Formats: sequence, C-alpha cells, structure tokens
Amino acid sequence: MRIAIIVFPGSNCDRDMMVAVESLTGRRPALIWHKQNNLDPIDLAIIPGGFSFGDYLRCGALAAHSPIMNALHDHAARGGAILGVCNGFQILTESGMLPGFLGRNQELKFICKQITLSVNGATNCALTGSLDHKQTLQIPIAHNEGNFFADAETLNRIESNGQVVLRYKSDKYATSSNPNGSLNNIAAICSLNGKILGMMPHPERAMGKGHESADGRKLLHSIFEAIKT
Amino acid sequence: MSKKAEMQYENAVSMGLSEEEWLSVCSHLGRIPNLCELGIFSAMWSEHCSYKSSKKWLKTLPTEGECVIQGPGENAGVIDIGDGLAVVFKIESHNHPSFIEPHQGAATGVGGILRDVFTMGARPIALLNALRFGQIDHKKTSHLISGVTSGIGSYGNCIGIPTVGGEVEFDSSYNGNILVNAMAVGLAHNDRIFYSAASGAGNPVIYVGAKTGRDGIHGATMASAEFNDEAELKRPTVQVGDPFKGKLLMEACLELMAADAVIAIQDMGAAGLTSSSVEMAAKGGLGMEIDLDLVPVRETNMTAYEIMLSESQERMLMVVNPNQAEIAQQIFNKWDLDFMPIGKVTETDRLVLLKEGKIACDIPVAPLVDNAPEYDRPHLSSEIQIAANINDIVQKIPITEALKILVGSEDLCSRRWVYEQYDSQVMADTIVGPGGDAALVRVYGTKKAIALTTDCTTRYVEADPFSGGKQAVAEAYRNIIAVGATPLAITNNLNFGNPEKPEIMAQLVESVAGIKDACIQLSTPVVSGNVSLYNETEGRAIKPCPVIGMVGVMDDWEKSGTIALPSDNDIVIIGQNEKNNSGWLSNSTYAKFISKKLGGAPPPVDLNSELKAGKFILDCYHNDLINAAHDISDGGMLVALTEMMLAGNNGAEIIHPKEADPHCWFFGENQSSYIIATTKLKEIIKRSENANIPFSYLGRSSSTQELKISNGDIISLKELQNIYETGLTKQLLQFS
Repeated sequence: MRIAIIVFPGSNCDRDMMVAVESLTGRRPALIWHKQNNLDPIDLAIIPGGFSFGDYLRCGALAAHSPIMNALHDHAARGGAILGVCNGFQILTESGMLPGFLGRNQELKFICKQITLSVNGATNCALTGSLDHKQTLQIPIAHNEGNFFADAETLNRIESNGQVVLRYKSDKYATSSNPNGSLNNIAAICSLNGKILGMMPHPERAMGKGHESADGRKLLHSIFEAIKT
Repeated sequence: MSKKAEMQYENAVSMGLSEEEWLSVCSHLGRIPNLCELGIFSAMWSEHCSYKSSKKWLKTLPTEGECVIQGPGENAGVIDIGDGLAVVFKIESHNHPSFIEPHQGAATGVGGILRDVFTMGARPIALLNALRFGQIDHKKTSHLISGVTSGIGSYGNCIGIPTVGGEVEFDSSYNGNILVNAMAVGLAHNDRIFYSAASGAGNPVIYVGAKTGRDGIHGATMASAEFNDEAELKRPTVQVGDPFKGKLLMEACLELMAADAVIAIQDMGAAGLTSSSVEMAAKGGLGMEIDLDLVPVRETNMTAYEIMLSESQERMLMVVNPNQAEIAQQIFNKWDLDFMPIGKVTETDRLVLLKEGKIACDIPVAPLVDNAPEYDRPHLSSEIQIAANINDIVQKIPITEALKILVGSEDLCSRRWVYEQYDSQVMADTIVGPGGDAALVRVYGTKKAIALTTDCTTRYVEADPFSGGKQAVAEAYRNIIAVGATPLAITNNLNFGNPEKPEIMAQLVESVAGIKDACIQLSTPVVSGNVSLYNETEGRAIKPCPVIGMVGVMDDWEKSGTIALPSDNDIVIIGQNEKNNSGWLSNSTYAKFISKKLGGAPPPVDLNSELKAGKFILDCYHNDLINAAHDISDGGMLVALTEMMLAGNNGAEIIHPKEADPHCWFFGENQSSYIIATTKLKEIIKRSENANIPFSYLGRSSSTQELKISNGDIISLKELQNIYETGLTKQLLQFS
C-alpha cells in the first residue's frame, strides 16, 4: 500500500497522521512537500490538518493553488483515493474536488472537543464501506471553520447521491448536537465516485491507548482495507 | 547642562530612566548619548530586561540540582529527563499588552515564549497559561477574557502546539491590569542544546524571519511602567503576531540546527534587535557590528532608533558557521523566510551600528548588561495575619447547598468555555489535557510522559506572602504527584505591583523566600522565570501573583493517573484525618463565597508533610494501588470529590464526620492532602500506618448518579454538573 501525506507550509497534523498510518500499516508513509510538481503512483493521498498558509485569505484557498495540486488532480482523475482531514477537507472544497464550502463556526469560536458521529447508512463512500452503520464513532474535532455550507440544489444532490459520510450526533456538554452550524449536521462528505473523502474530525487523534477513543483507528482501518490492491 | 544634554535628559526620563541612571549612561559613554544609544540603554536597563528591582532576590533561589542542564540566564531552562532527552521550558508574562489589546497581546505572548524554547534547539510540545482577570461582572471582563482566550488559541492552534493546561482567576484587583502568563515546554536531545553566546570574531551575524516594522517600539519600557486611564491609547505599542510565520520560523530553525550550521542563536523578543545583539555579544565577551541598512524592513525611512527598538514578532538573530552559510540560506529559502547577513562578530567588545554609511551607535557592550542598575529597594515586613474565627465563617446551611454555591462560583466552576477554544490535542500526544490536575504529554517515540502544571493562590499570597509562595510550589507539586509523575523543576512568573512601594517590595521578597524554601525542600530547582512589576492602575496594585510552572516526568505513561472516579472503589483521604486536622476555613474559597469574609491567615504549609504525602502517593502508584487521584486545594475535599465524580460520571456515598465540624471537614483547604480511589484498601491502610501518614476513610463510589452523605443529604450528579458547567458562561455573558 503506497500512501503519501501532502505537507503545506502551516500543515501541523502531518506528523500525527504519519504516526497513525504507520501504526496501522507498519509502513511509514511518504511526506510530500507542496512545492513538488509530480507524484509517484500511490494508492492514497492524505491532506492533513493544520493552517496551510496560515489560513490567510480563506482556509485552504492558497494551498489549492500549490504546485502539488496539479498532480493531485491527475491522481483524482485516474480514480485515485484522497483523504482530507480538517484543513485537508477545506483544501479539497477550495480546489473543487469536493462540493460545498466550510465557513466559520456558528459561534465564531475555535472548538476542540470529543464528538459523537453517526455513519450515514446510505453513503456511497468507497473508502469507509467496512464501517458499521449502526454504530456511532467518538472522534475529536478541532477547528475554527467547519460549518459546512452548500446551496439548496447542491445539498440535495449530495444527499441523494449518498455523498454524506458522517454526521454530528450528540455532545455531552452542549445543548445542540451540532458543534459548528453545519447544514444537515454534515461532518464528512465524499466525491461522486466515492473515492475522495473530506472530514472535519481528526481520526489520527482517536487511535486508542492514550487517546480517549480508538474509533479513528477503526475509520482509518476501513480506508486502508478499501484501497488494498 | 547644555541645551542638547537637557533635551536628551528629557528623552531619557520619558524612556523610563532615572536621573542617576542617566548620569551613569553618560559616564559609561564619556559623552551624551544620541537618541538611538539612549534607546538601547533605556531598554536594556528597563525593569523588564534588567530585573533591577528583583535580581538581588532572584539570586537567592535554588537553581541547581541533579536534573538541571541549564538554569536561569538563557532563553529558557533545560532539565535532563533521562535516556538522552532534555525538557526545555519557561514562563513569561504579557500582561500590559494583553490589557491594551487582548487578542494580539495574548497571541504574541504565546509566540514569544515559543521562540524562547525553540531557540534552545527544542521542539515545543506543550503550552500552558496562567490568567487573571478582573471581577467576573466587571464591564471589561467579558471582552478581555474573550480576546485573551481567542488570542492564545489563535497562536497555539495555528502553530500546532497543544495548549494543555492552565488556570483562570477572577478578582477585582485585576480590573485594570489583567495577567497573561504563558508557559512553553519543548523537547530536545540533551547534547543538542543551543545557546546565545556569540563566538568567533568575523563570523557572520544573520537576521532571519519576518521583516522589521514600527510595531511594539519600546514595548519593554511600556511593560515596566504603571498604567493610567489612558492605557488604551498605547495600543500602537502592542506587537502583532503572525503564527504562520512563527511556524515557518520554528521549522526552519529546527532544520538549521539539525544541519549543524548554528553557532549561537537568540530570539528577538522584548527590546528586539537591541537585546538580542547585546546579549549575544555580552555572553560571548565580544562585540558586534551591524549595518542597519541591511535589516529587512517593511516600512520606509525607519530610523536607527526605530529599527533597534522595534518589537516586530517572529524574528531571530544568529551567528552562523561561515562554511555552512549556504546550506542555511537554502533552508530559509525553502521556508520562504528572509535570511540576511547584517553584520559580523568583532573583537572590540563594542556594539557598532551603521546607518547610511555613518556610525549611528558606538557603545561598549558590557555596561549594558553587567553594569545594569541593581536596586535593594526598601521593603516593609508584611503584617502577620491570624486565622479568622471559625464561628464567623461556618454558615448554617446544608452541606449540599454550600457545595452548589462553590462549584458554581467563578473560582471553581468548569473552565470548559475557555479551554475548548484551545487545540489541546494537536501532536496527538496529550494523554491528560485541561480540566484535570497536571496535564500529561507523551514524549514522542518513548514510554515517558511529562507532567505540567501552573499554580498560584493569590489570596493566600496577599494574606501571607511567605506562606503563599510556599503554597504555590506545594500545590504545583501535588498536581504533578496526583497524575503519578515525579516533580523535577520549576519556572516562575513573579507578578507584582510597583516595587518602589515598600509594602509591594515586601510581597516580592517574602514570597520569593517562600518559593525558595519550598523548592529546596521539595527538590524542584528554579531553571527559568520572568518578573512582571508595576502591575498597577491608578496607583492600585494587583493581588501578588507569583505563578509557579512545574514540570515532572514519568517513565511509563500507561501508568498515569486520572481524576475520573471509577465505580465500586473505596474513597480515602491521604494526608489528613479528623484528629490531626479538622479543616482550615480561614481565607478559604468557602469563606469568600459563602461567608463573604475575606482575609485571615491562609492554611499553613508544612513542607515536610507535603514531601511525605507526595512520596506516599507515588509509592502507591508504583504498586498499582491507585485507580484515581486528585489533590485537595481550593474549595476543599468535597469540591475535589465532585470534580472526580463529574469526570468519572460516577456517584459516591460518603461518611459525615463525627468529630469535626462538617463544613470545616468538607470545605477546609488543608494542604498536603489527596483523595484517592482504590480497590486495595487494606494495603493502603497498612502502608499509611507504616509511613505514619494521616489517613481517613471517606466512602465508596458507585455508578449511582448521586452524592449521598450519611447524614441524609443527597444531590444528583446531573444537578452538580449543570451548575459546574454553566457557572462561567452564565456569569460572563450576562454582562456582555
């Protein structure tokens, strides 16, 4: 399994994701600097969390124009798999690889906390097929801009195509189950072909042993199972 | 005095120099300084940079110990944690800027302390803070706490270092002068520590990082003066942080250090290019020549004075191995950062600055540092307080009612609203984040973990500075012990009012004496620190606040403790029982919120008992006898138990005291005690008898969602949780 993690200036979950991947696959993934123009053949590209280019202009907007993005678009066009977490999700929407937009949290504050997610039973996601749709997942979020928005038509299309993968479910200490104001409680979506997954929660922070939950491990495991060639 | 001298003297006074200091500058130079030179002297001799009022007392602190690699005097302290690893840490204040502009003030406070740590060659792995705001219902408090919280978060979250712990206090003495202290902790190899002493005459001096602008000019001097009601007009002296640049600078510096290209490095913090160049030269016993026209600037027509005194953020100065300069240049190009040779190390022991081909400054280096003023300011002994009368304090209300008032009070309620705005998990090594005793962070690639805490109980220090100083160290020590780690060393941030007032100076002198005693007895030397004086507005001083940041280590993080109470455990108190101590309510949180009686002697601190209890708890941890632990501090035993119940989502049934007054027993703030949960009660009893440690059986935990006291009092966890969780926002937002 060939996995590459794309590193932008300001990425700050690249090492965390590398550790998580290695702990599951036994192999250290390649770290690819954003100034690189091409990408060796890979099975999965991961865009980690962080503040690429300081989140200046708009989260993910500048990273979407980095040299590496052409190679990522080619990879996607070949039906390649991509996982974007948090800032990675924002980069995927900014570069047009995923629909919608991630705006500022409703309460205009950064939020870092453990959250309960439900898996959409009707999802067409090709990467998370082995997840149990009846079970919930405990995975933390940590973002300032995770408020998923799309116009009504796009939202309808995403829903009817089964592109919603995860939704926010409940929160022990908050009155609302939705931490950031996302439409339809959306926490993760995928592309029409089911191969590009963007999610706000951080699976690499829920790897069991020392973390509050091991559900991130479960989620990453399902992705690695799906891309095994 | 000539006209020129008179004019310059007026400038000197406006920059904070006294007449005596002005004369001393002139005699060191043998002439009248020009404006740039005067600016450099006044910054280096400011309280902030020279510690002139506190130095005499700081020297009395214990700074050596088995684990100490580098004590005070460098950018940060360094301790050995075994296996070739070192922890680098320091705490620093950003009080004045944060009051003027809370978001940027707090953000740059975090940025500055992070630079102090990675300058030493360490990768930062954790941030903590210690915050003091005015009365919770004061008109500015909501604005200030929102700004400070978002500012701390904006820097830490973006640069990707988890904010894992801290403390928040509200008190009217901070209405016009909040305290924002930030602590950073980094990890390095113990043989790869970088220092600031320049060496090798002729070696290039390189400027790296962000460009220099007109922000924060003379900030160190502002931080050394009292406030008046025009403080907010000083907003232009507050620096603006750029955490993204900070991240690039951190990565570039760490990469450069790994490439063996750095000879000496110093961050440009307070007093910017002035303090960095002077300190590097002074520590190396050498001189430096800098061409100011080569300094990357972002504004035109900056004068020598402005360039030297600017506190623009995210900048570093270093001396680089000339053979390695090209590699260094490549690394900085990769990170898109300025990399500019601006001068060289010289043998002259003078700081020479060139501007437009002319000499803009030519001053000897040594007097700036070695001959900085040092004062033995007069200090009156603090009045000795006697304990408040218990009968005046104890109120005849049910225990559960008192508990509700306390857990909902702004001193004790949950800080979730604050810490959820911090990324406490990035780097994925946080095992215990905010909300527990000490935070615990794994040491990447090993089984070790580092325990971290910041503590100070200001009302104790106000009532009795000596005892309060001891207590701050003792409480930090207990917090580290409670998670199962061994306390190693401290950093301190001494926040006081105007040292020229003898009663304020006494607070400083006496609390430093308390810290000294505690650090010696508990074997936790002081390796770094910061002093913030003149925390006064309109002549009114803050409550004295000597914050202690402590670091501990544990060898196997899988054996770490938690405050979360498990069900079906015995709950016991270690360190006190009804006979040896029936509960200290004088100057307690109970006295403050329930009796509304402030003052009186704080609880006595017996360092020997502290040490004994600490060793006992660690011993129990090492023998797997503890399933949860929490130290007893503000609010007393029942508040501590409530925090454990809420964290574990389990209830408890406990015994009403037979001999002690129940209010004293449940809410007394006796020191050196812990609550632990265990399933090996007999073993605990046996060991406490052998060790001669006071012990008391409190009750049993269960999955029942309530707290039940044997006199029939009962309260549901749900009710307690609701009060605890909403305490802060209810009181804050009401006035926003």
